[in-house]
Amino acid sequence: MKQLEFNLSRWMVGSGPENDIVISSRVRAARNLQNHPFPCLASGDETEQVLNKIKSATEGKAGFSDFQYLLMDQFSEIERQALVEKHLISLFLARDAKHGALLLRPDEDVSLMINEEDHLRIQAILPGLQLEEAWSEAGKLDDILESELEYAFDEKYGYLTACPTNIGTGLRASVMMHLPALVMTSQINRYLGALSQVGLMVRGLYGEGTEIIGNLAQVSNQVTLGQSEEEIVTNLSSVVCQVIEQEQNARQALLDKKRDELSDKAWRALGLLKHARIMGFQEAIQHISDLRLGHDLGLIKEVDQRLLNELLVLVRPGCLQLMARKKLSNREKNLERPVRVREALDRHFA
Amino acid sequence: MLCQECRRHEATIHIVKNVNGKQSELNLCESCARKKDELDFSFEPQFSLHKLFSSMLNQGLYGNREEMLADEKKCPSCSLTFAQFGQVGRLGCSDCVPAFEDKLKPLLKRIHGGSVHTGKVPEKARERVNILRELDQLKDELQEKVQNEEFEKAAQLRDRIREIEQDINRKNAETEDVDHNQEGEEH
Ligand SMILES: [Zn+2]
Ligand SMILES: [Zn+2]
Repeated sequence: MKQLEFNLSRWMVGSGPENDIVISSRVRAARNLQNHPFPCLASGDETEQVLNKIKSATEGKAGFSDFQYLLMDQFSEIERQALVEKHLISLFLARDAKHGALLLRPDEDVSLMINEEDHLRIQAILPGLQLEEAWSEAGKLDDILESELEYAFDEKYGYLTACPTNIGTGLRASVMMHLPALVMTSQINRYLGALSQVGLMVRGLYGEGTEIIGNLAQVSNQVTLGQSEEEIVTNLSSVVCQVIEQEQNARQALLDKKRDELSDKAWRALGLLKHARIMGFQEAIQHISDLRLGHDLGLIKEVDQRLLNELLVLVRPGCLQLMARKKLSNREKNLERPVRVREALDRHFA
Repeated sequence: MLCQECRRHEATIHIVKNVNGKQSELNLCESCARKKDELDFSFEPQFSLHKLFSSMLNQGLYGNREEMLADEKKCPSCSLTFAQFGQVGRLGCSDCVPAFEDKLKPLLKRIHGGSVHTGKVPEKARERVNILRELDQLKDELQEKVQNEEFEKAAQLRDRIREIEQDINRKNAETEDVDHNQEGEEH
């Protein structure tokens, strides 16, 4: 069996609009097949039938020609965890799915999750603020699939999903933002609190323990029924633009007052990333944030976006274990992390 | 202090959480903290459907709580009852929505604010949905005209609405015939 390698998705390598603040834009559309029980109630035979139906709907289709077909069962726990950390699959697909599978385009921009909570989840992830583009990419795959499959669709309630929170468009759109200046100036809670008032969800980098670490916050839509896909995406984009403006103002104010301190912080962060020998996840993610801010403000030109994105992903526990090819204890992870960070820095500075 | 997760071991790891702008503290033991080490970048709502559902039950939105929980009406396709849905928070199949429509409606309204899909429609359903959306729009206009006492225009709208509705009924009858014929052939 082929082992999964650690590689970089295009959202890490490429660049996009507002990339200094918006790291990536994601959308996913939930779809189900008519006349098949949803995965949570389905037997193993039934989920297998759904898997085969979707597989044959994509086979030989122009839009899916170069996709890889990956069964969850063929992966180790570590490999699945790494796929979660690269935003390619959900924790649910990694852990709990029966006949779960991933159809993945080589650039890793777009993919399909099969037998997640819904039969089908069509996803797209792009660098920078590109929600419209991400929805357009996912929508194209949806167009191909809807002609091949009988979707569960209701004239009044739209796309039917297992969870009522997804009924309607089945569309969840989200943006990962780096907001160090709003955090440093203690304005973040005010802004993020306001977002939850306008029907958006905000969470930190962590899913369940949702503390905002590494100054990363994810904003996504809550409503899926009563708004069109375009409205969902445009609303989210416009709110994100307002947050970007606030962050830019805060960055400018910091730069005016504390230029030397910010420069020092960024260079120290690079020093620690280069030379430390034991490093926890939170610490690493904080240094990467400091370094990114220094880069964005033009205070440190020796690093680039691609390196920063690569570091952001490779310090994650699943990816570390994937590279080490074995399960690691917490202490072993903290020892492994600086090694992998150094390797990436050496490659960059070589 | 005991671990908030398992309530068995001593909490040795303290994390300050920031959820939707509100700060709170998380105190975990080593082994529960390690589980949290698995990153989840989900952008799914963290929304407790269970809580919403039980609060709606308690507010009497579903009538008598005991009667509602004892209601054994099942989805004809997957046999899920509405009480079971309330426990797991997930529907069983696409027929659950029409089966429990009257009970789902207030729940959907609470979650989304809206109650009618206005977005993308699969090609196969487009013609029918366009007609239904036109019908809804005409009905809104009709109401407006009646309120403004523009009775002549209202009468025109009413005739147009009737025409479309008859058209829909005729088409429904046709597709039912087709369904029966197909069933006949299979047997
Ligand atoms: Zn514990
Ligand atoms: Zn059902």
